[in-house]
Amino acid sequence: MAAPRALQECRAFPRLLGARRPYSSAPCPDPLKGGILRYLCNRFYDIEYLVGWCAKLRYRNLRRKNAYYGYTKEIYGDNVAAAYFVLSNRGRVRFQGQETWFCVDWRGKYSSDFLQLRDVPVVAIDLSGSVLNYNGLDNLVKLTALRSLDLSRCPHVDDWTLSRLHVFKDSLEELSLAGCPQVTERGLACLHQLEHLRRLDLSHLPSVPTPGLIQILVEEMLPQCEVVGLAPDSGAQTSRDGREEPGVPSGARRAGEIPA
Amino acid sequence: MIRAGRLCRGLGRPRPLPLPAGGSAPRSRQLRTGLPQRRDLFRDLEKEVVKFQKKLKESLPGSDWDPLGTTKGLPPERADVVIVGGGVMGWSVAYWLKALEPRRDALRVVVIEKDPMYSQASTVLSAGGIRQQFSLPENIQMSLYSAFFLRTINEHLGVVNEPPIDIQFNPSGYLFLASENGAAVLEENVHIQRAEGAEVCLLSPAQLKKKYPWINTNDVAVASYGLENEGWFDPWSLLTAFRRKAMSMGVFQCFGEVTSFTISSREIMMPEGELTFSRINYVRVHMPNSLEYQPVECSLVVNAAGPWSQKLAEMAGVGIGPPDTQEGIKLPVEPRKRYIFVWHCPDGPGLDCPMLVDTTQAYFRREGTGGNYLGGLSPPEEEEPDIQDLEVDHNFFQEKIWPHLAHRVPVFKSLKVKSAWAGYYDYNTFDQNAVLGPHPLVENMLFITGFSGHGLQLSPAAGRAVAELILKGKFMTINMEKFSFNRFVSGEQVLERNII
Ligand SMILES: Cc1cc2nc3c(=O)[nH]c(=O)nc-3n(C[C@H](O)[C@H](O)[C@H](O)COP(=O)(O)OP(=O)(O)OC[C@H]3O[C@@H](n4cnc5c(N)ncnc54)[C@H](O)[C@@H]3O)c2cc1C
Repeated sequence: MAAPRALQECRAFPRLLGARRPYSSAPCPDPLKGGILRYLCNRFYDIEYLVGWCAKLRYRNLRRKNAYYGYTKEIYGDNVAAAYFVLSNRGRVRFQGQETWFCVDWRGKYSSDFLQLRDVPVVAIDLSGSVLNYNGLDNLVKLTALRSLDLSRCPHVDDWTLSRLHVFKDSLEELSLAGCPQVTERGLACLHQLEHLRRLDLSHLPSVPTPGLIQILVEEMLPQCEVVGLAPDSGAQTSRDGREEPGVPSGARRAGEIPA
Repeated sequence: MIRAGRLCRGLGRPRPLPLPAGGSAPRSRQLRTGLPQRRDLFRDLEKEVVKFQKKLKESLPGSDWDPLGTTKGLPPERADVVIVGGGVMGWSVAYWLKALEPRRDALRVVVIEKDPMYSQASTVLSAGGIRQQFSLPENIQMSLYSAFFLRTINEHLGVVNEPPIDIQFNPSGYLFLASENGAAVLEENVHIQRAEGAEVCLLSPAQLKKKYPWINTNDVAVASYGLENEGWFDPWSLLTAFRRKAMSMGVFQCFGEVTSFTISSREIMMPEGELTFSRINYVRVHMPNSLEYQPVECSLVVNAAGPWSQKLAEMAGVGIGPPDTQEGIKLPVEPRKRYIFVWHCPDGPGLDCPMLVDTTQAYFRREGTGGNYLGGLSPPEEEEPDIQDLEVDHNFFQEKIWPHLAHRVPVFKSLKVKSAWAGYYDYNTFDQNAVLGPHPLVENMLFITGFSGHGLQLSPAAGRAVAELILKGKFMTINMEKFSFNRFVSGEQVLERNII
């Protein structure tokens, strides 16, 4: 299908190559990123199709990583399934009455001891830097005793995801959304459901337009909660002490991961 | 030059055509003696040009390639599906036709919109709310599907090499309040909604007061609050996203007004008497600000003209027959003017403010974070405002809306109206519900209209349903047989209780 179009466009090639010359005087805004790919997409069905297909593949991958662990849930129950999901996403998880976290080593391996903890509720989950999205929450929504949830630096956590956190309204005390690029004040508005929240980390949210004002509004909405990080002055200090948990082998955690 | 132009225009449709090079005789020649002969020569030439054009056209049957160029912006001469109305419904159908078509470019789809500025289209004048709190299972399912669609909008409507779509969804929920009288109905509705999978919770007045201390709960018996998938978003973003994606998939966009149809009809004896069945063969599209028009030959017409869909249906002969006959049944969709007011109240409800629907049906929501709010109220049936224009009646706010607001939210006693606008509901007077699917007599006209104030949120699901009907012959995702035109013939209402 693209053949006639390709033939017809052959003549345009020299122009295309011209645009790529680094010292060209013609104004050419970032030819490698927007220009050439866009140019090729506009002119060849095949390339457009390929790029579209790549995007689809990315979405499929994301869906796969956030799949519902229904089978595990059936055999081992909600808590173990949730822990399994968290560990497979290179997060860490703590069960009630335990001092230590279950976490992955630098190769992404983890011990399967947690399978023994069938009836022990999960109280803390750290999924920072993972690809968790709205669908992934399917695995967590049944955790009625979850007290602490760390979603910092999750690129796919968006306002839709936040709107689903209301399921933890009777237990959640600590929540970190620091550095989530997609979170905006629209999503923060639905955190009013979390009545037991004591600590909320909102540092480095690039999509929140007026951090100072939003900090005030969030504090007003959650009067018992300590909101840290939105206003510029408190941001630097909280990002450092934000995630100090007992018994964390912090050095070994998530080696090989790209720092945010 | 002028003569040749006139001649070409006489060829079939009135459109100015660029001339072949031979037609430009300099004026000065008229003074010469050899004029008559030259005239003959030109006349011959013009005839030849006509013949040549005809031949060219005949050599390419089924194609609308025009050897002599066309005016820009004209719709194609032939199309498989012509969608009249470029609001969110029209573009949603166009997108879904392309997304579900069996292979690339199997269908030629044209969307015809009369107003490139969308100055009166209800899509861009709406409040942008989405909710699952309906009473009819089909509406709840459609809304749930739409919420799913909006959540994954970039997977559906993302265009290669374009920035991702942000519809600015505010997941703040809808809060319906009911007085003693309405409590039973509200609870029943919530049961239906939960059965369909919507996350809705019931709140007692005490719980309500605890959650939203700014509400006066004196005459509230019960409230329902949508926990997920409810809130509001930016209608423009959705419309542009649909349009951009559909056009990138090969849908034609044309700015022009559909003024009439060319129809062929035949009478058929049916058990219930003689009926006139008809088909639309051509859609006549008038170009804006000119006398030009173009007939578009088509096999299907989708009526997505929103508030104007009754007018469009009448052009196809729907509802102009004698009363008491099937031909005389009108499409019961008419424009109804609704106001939206924006006010400022510095101490008003904070970030947790939902879309609140009062016991009196007055509604409001937060608009941004700067202490602005937006809301409205549907007037009672006998006080419907005049629909000639979109003028706003500011007294309506002072006399009808504000007292309710100030009663419900005492801080609203002092507020300042900042702006207001009006839009038309595509109001279904029969049962306030959508009309989806074909007309029983005009075989190739499909309706997607009559949403009565909740069309924006249902557009992804409704567009998909109509596209399925066109491509597969039946509803695949959600069964919407209930919404067919036939209910106006049989007189069975499909009532929706939650109309705001
Ligand atoms: C004040 C107000 C508030 C609303 N609030 C909400 C809400 O909160 N949530 C919600 O879901 N919905 C809401 N709605 C309803 C929603 O906006 C409509 O149901 C929806 O936009 C209908 O879309 P449409 O495409 O059918 O109509 P429109 O957007 O009106 O599009 C119809 C288009 O057809 C064109 N047209 C008409 N006749 C012709 C012709 N002969 N030739 C060519 N073009 C033609 C018109 O120019 C127009 O652009 C609201 C509506 C109003 C007025």
